[in-house]
Amino acid sequence: MSELTNTAMLGVERSDRPQGRRLWLAGLKPFIGSPLNAIITFACLWLIYRLTTGAWGWLVTRAVTEGGPQACKVGNGACWPFLAAKLRFMIFGFYPYEEHWRPALAVLLFLAAMIVSMIPRFWSRRLLWLWLAVVLVCGVLMYGGVLGLPLVTTTNWGGLPLSFMLSSVGLAFGFVLGVLLALARSSKLPAIQVIAVIIIETVRGVPLVSILFMASVMLPLFMPDGVTIDKLLRAQVAIIIFAGAYIAETVRGGLQAVPKGQHEAAASLGLGYWLSMRKIVLPQALKIVIPPLVNIFIGFFQDTTLVTIIGLLDFLDTVRSAMRDPSWQGIAVMEGYVFAALVYAVFSYGMGSYSRFIERRLRTDHSHGRSH
Amino acid sequence: MASPASSPLRLIYDVRVRAVLYQVVAVVLVVGIGLYLFGTVSRKLAEQNIATGFAYLSRPAGFVISQSFISYESSDTYGRAILVGLLNTVWVSVFAVILSTVLGLIVGIARLSRNPLLSFLALIYVEALRNVPLLLYLFLWYALIVAVFPPVREAWQILPDVFLSNGGLIVPSLRWSAAHTGVLASVVVGIVLAFVVASIMRSHRVVSGHARAAWPFVLLALFAPPLIGLLLFQPDLVVNWPEKGRFRITGGLQVTPEFTALLVGLGLSASAGIAEIVRAGILAVGRGQWEAARAVGLHDRQTMRLVVLPQALRVIVPPLTSSYLSTFKNSSLAIAIGYPDLVMVSNTTMNQTGQAIEGIAIFMLVYLGLSITISLLMNWYNARVALVER
Repeated sequence: MSELTNTAMLGVERSDRPQGRRLWLAGLKPFIGSPLNAIITFACLWLIYRLTTGAWGWLVTRAVTEGGPQACKVGNGACWPFLAAKLRFMIFGFYPYEEHWRPALAVLLFLAAMIVSMIPRFWSRRLLWLWLAVVLVCGVLMYGGVLGLPLVTTTNWGGLPLSFMLSSVGLAFGFVLGVLLALARSSKLPAIQVIAVIIIETVRGVPLVSILFMASVMLPLFMPDGVTIDKLLRAQVAIIIFAGAYIAETVRGGLQAVPKGQHEAAASLGLGYWLSMRKIVLPQALKIVIPPLVNIFIGFFQDTTLVTIIGLLDFLDTVRSAMRDPSWQGIAVMEGYVFAALVYAVFSYGMGSYSRFIERRLRTDHSHGRSH
Repeated sequence: MASPASSPLRLIYDVRVRAVLYQVVAVVLVVGIGLYLFGTVSRKLAEQNIATGFAYLSRPAGFVISQSFISYESSDTYGRAILVGLLNTVWVSVFAVILSTVLGLIVGIARLSRNPLLSFLALIYVEALRNVPLLLYLFLWYALIVAVFPPVREAWQILPDVFLSNGGLIVPSLRWSAAHTGVLASVVVGIVLAFVVASIMRSHRVVSGHARAAWPFVLLALFAPPLIGLLLFQPDLVVNWPEKGRFRITGGLQVTPEFTALLVGLGLSASAGIAEIVRAGILAVGRGQWEAARAVGLHDRQTMRLVVLPQALRVIVPPLTSSYLSTFKNSSLAIAIGYPDLVMVSNTTMNQTGQAIEGIAIFMLVYLGLSITISLLMNWYNARVALVER
């Protein structure tokens, strides 16, 4: 027996799979391998215990499930009646109450289209048509004024549909702008390059807040007489420009990663600039930058909350105004924010996992080579 | 090339001619749009009787700023108010950057820990911060500070003369004077001098091969200037004690809840990003480097300091730069919770004077200037740590 342990310790003959008690010890080793590690383990266990019991107590055992503001004032747990009473306002804002099914349907359609276009099997030109249809239907649903739907102006839009709209439209147009800016910046024509560099670096050098301010305060001054632009549209323009500058830099990275031989091969086939870009270079460049682009998308979905600052009722703002409701004021301080944080976290985490999935998938595609 | 049959129209198929043509069109387009916008704006401003130019900066501002690091009264000029806002922006960004770097380093290393519980907790920390908008966190921290701490009248006295309430943290402070500024400057001179002396000693050692103890000289360089400064300026130590009145506490250094919420929000959210940057950087150093360092007999700590970190820094520094830049830019969210930063002061100024274009121009230029400065500094540092390929 002792001989056996000796050889094992010398590493001459070590079985890969420890048996019996050894298995237990091996399993515990990462947790209590050394005194310091044991202390860390117990500190972590204590922290996890405190966090879970704290959350459980607040959400369940101490929570107030029935009654109105008065009941919540007494208790010191989560106030579920607040969420129940304000849920629809938080999601849809000041959109007319009886018409809530319209933004709800629009959001569902939007999410469905999003999920469909996230599945690599469906990646084709037909997706463009799908999105065109979805945008059209969503627009009709939200605006109304036709097909017997009452008209709802943009001043009544708010909440989650608004957040989705600002980020998705911003990203769609921002993407087009970004690709154009990236092409301009990596072009060989100095004047065009300089213009692109100035635009990109200026936008990236200042905070989004300042661009939003510029759009909300300065844009009306730039417009000719009689032309007024909707407040929502102004914020949307700011987000498009902001997204465009950031996407441009990512796409430029992708353009640089396309081997020079590809450009030369396209040129030798007699393709002109636009044709070679569209058919040869851009498809490869964009494929490289899909994962970082998804990460940019997550960032922008979160950044749309900044429109609160110039007074637009996005999801974060409707949640906050629900909390400021006189009858609930000062009672549900945490509940609203926790709810909003959860909603943002679900979408951001979902997109983040998608980004990791797509990264893995694209990587395996490369290692197997092009099979079709 | 130019065949006799070519008409002037055929020139358009020449690549060089087309290049020039495209650029001319682009420049004309940009300049044209610019001129048109400028024309509309100046006409509209004239119609609304808004004076253009920066003359308004020397007019008295007439509004109060809740926190300033240079003396400021509401009778001071708009220019000074904007300077106060700028200093507030820089102040909170610097502290947030320090906080986020320290936290990010700790969490990033915890993510790599061999203890699954620790790395799991670090993962939860990173995901919780990265998946929720910063603005939401700012509101949350601010609401928590205001809700958890007692009102000013019932301020907790956590230490003698240190008060904590929903009006913020109040600690005794020095009554600041020019002499103090002089001493502070001499401390900075001492630190710079110590670095210079240390690098001279190091290069001397490399050239001559003689190992001489460098630390006495470095210490001398570090402490001599502050001592001279103390003797030269002779600052008087007048402590500004906070006094608890009936309704509010006067005097002392007041750290406002807005500042705290912004600092915590910016610092935490940036630390999650930095943790990921640090993790990626350390992972990018090959296993062979660890094994080689062990083979030559270095301890774990020495391996980290002498072998892994210097190589990891090459990967870490460029994304760290953009993380610092975005922390600095994100400090503009201050306006949402009422911390008087550059944007908030400029916004108040714009509302009072109506001079929106000048106001926005000022704060955009300041942000651009500071962004460029930060990225130049970090690029310089990056060039120092970057791998020199032969």
